Amino acid sequence: MKKQKMKSLILRSIVYASAAISIGALVFLVGYILIKGVPHLSLGLFSLTYNSENVSLFPALVNTITMTLLSLLIAAPLGVFSALYLVEYAKKRNKFVSVVRITSETLAGIPSIVYGLFGYLLFVSALGWGYSLLAGAFTLAIMILPIIMRTTEEALKSVPDIYREGSFGLGAGKLRTIFKIVLPAAVPGILAGIVLSIGRIVGETAALIYTAGTVAQIPANVMGSGRTLSVHMYALWNEGMNTDQSYATAVVLLLIVIGLNALSSLIAKKIGKGNNNG
Amino acid sequence: MRIVFITSAGISILAVALICLFLFVNGIPAMAEIGFFDFLLGTKWKPANDLYGIFPMILGSIYVTAGAIIIGVPIGIFTAIFLARFCNKKLYKILKPAIDLLAGIPSVVYGFFGLMVIVPGIRMLFGGNGTSLLAASIVLGVMILPTIVGVSEAAIRAVPENYYEGSLALGASHERSVFFTVVPAAKSGIMAGVILGIGRAIGETMAVIMVAGNQAVIPSGLFDGLRTMTANIVLEMGYAADLHRDALIATAVVLFVFILIINLSFSMLKKKAKA
Repeated sequence: MKKQKMKSLILRSIVYASAAISIGALVFLVGYILIKGVPHLSLGLFSLTYNSENVSLFPALVNTITMTLLSLLIAAPLGVFSALYLVEYAKKRNKFVSVVRITSETLAGIPSIVYGLFGYLLFVSALGWGYSLLAGAFTLAIMILPIIMRTTEEALKSVPDIYREGSFGLGAGKLRTIFKIVLPAAVPGILAGIVLSIGRIVGETAALIYTAGTVAQIPANVMGSGRTLSVHMYALWNEGMNTDQSYATAVVLLLIVIGLNALSSLIAKKIGKGNNNG
Repeated sequence: MRIVFITSAGISILAVALICLFLFVNGIPAMAEIGFFDFLLGTKWKPANDLYGIFPMILGSIYVTAGAIIIGVPIGIFTAIFLARFCNKKLYKILKPAIDLLAGIPSVVYGFFGLMVIVPGIRMLFGGNGTSLLAASIVLGVMILPTIVGVSEAAIRAVPENYYEGSLALGASHERSVFFTVVPAAKSGIMAGVILGIGRAIGETMAVIMVAGNQAVIPSGLFDGLRTMTANIVLEMGYAADLHRDALIATAVVLFVFILIINLSFSMLKKKAKA
């Protein structure tokens, strides 16, 4: 009996220790970056243009926002429409549907550097766009497509069938039902997917280095090259200087990620509430 | 509208087809020119001398992935067990978002942290220059934690409650019930999480580049630097031309095949977990 108690105690300690290590790693990482980085958040870092004196991250911040908007503009409609087809139109045992599912699962598993290489070969070289925000955005759009598809699909599936039947019963057509009834009810779920995608875009580096390029300024239009914040950090490392500015950039990235996570848990709460009411 | 929806759904098929096409069209001829076995099993990567053997990089990727698994999997699974079975609701509400945050941190930030903290730490404790297999394994081990925790936790929670209750009723302690009835029942799901983690680790680029040292030779120990397949592509794509460039694309083909195999085993395990 005593031996059993010992065993239980050991198991319990291992479990507690592991959880402590996981959380400790996060606290250490975030704390370390914040403590080291916040003092370096100077005004010069937010100058309108980059030069080797101020090492401004402002252009990269603007490029990050542009890149996010562009990628979402391309991927969000495609992802939502794909999900609409899969949930609302397709028959269950359809060959096309199973191929779509297999390919979107494959897309979700492809490493970002492979996307980067593909984007370079197709958009930058074959289509001749050169290093540009647009080439980067298209590359990222393909990368986040499976995320938006999956989350939208789940959101659509969780809309109760009574909604659809009610709408049909009132004489609305299929399209009207989808756009007026089903989609609005699925909005929080779709938003959750979009927030998740923004996180991916903001954190992405490998897929952008050879598509959007590493120019440290705000390009005049989407055909120009520009680096996002993550690429900016990589470039600073590659140049081998400016450790302080790297810390500061890491702080900005962390703050964005923490903000996005807070946003997504807010949305998740909203979804939970909606289900309770329904 | 229906046609618009179908076309959209077709985009992911098109994307995968295009990715395969572009990689294989550029990569396979390069492999043929270099010689299939010289490419895969050649131990010398010297583009200046037209030597393109990626065996050190294949081993590099496998080594760092194994290292990440050794560090990340036990901690991840035990953390998942903690979240699912040992922690009260209040604590869970704090810990779960924390683990999610771990998943959201960009890989460059992980890499930078590794470079500023883990690499100097290894240098201080064990000598050498610090950028090493060990540093890359630690960074990747932390990076794959949220993946493993998330999938394993879901798998453990999916085990029917009466397994646990039955075990308690037979006189087993809480710990014994969790470890010897609930966790074994969640085995397939946990394995799926581990495989997903392997996929993450082998495909990771930026964090590894910053802490692994990137020497294109087979490492002989934990404290040796190494280069992964992903790092090979990023480091040299910027200036590569002709056969060198195609050899890098061929490296991506090899990586892609690895990922396909991992994905396949993941979906097979997921099916098994559901059955």
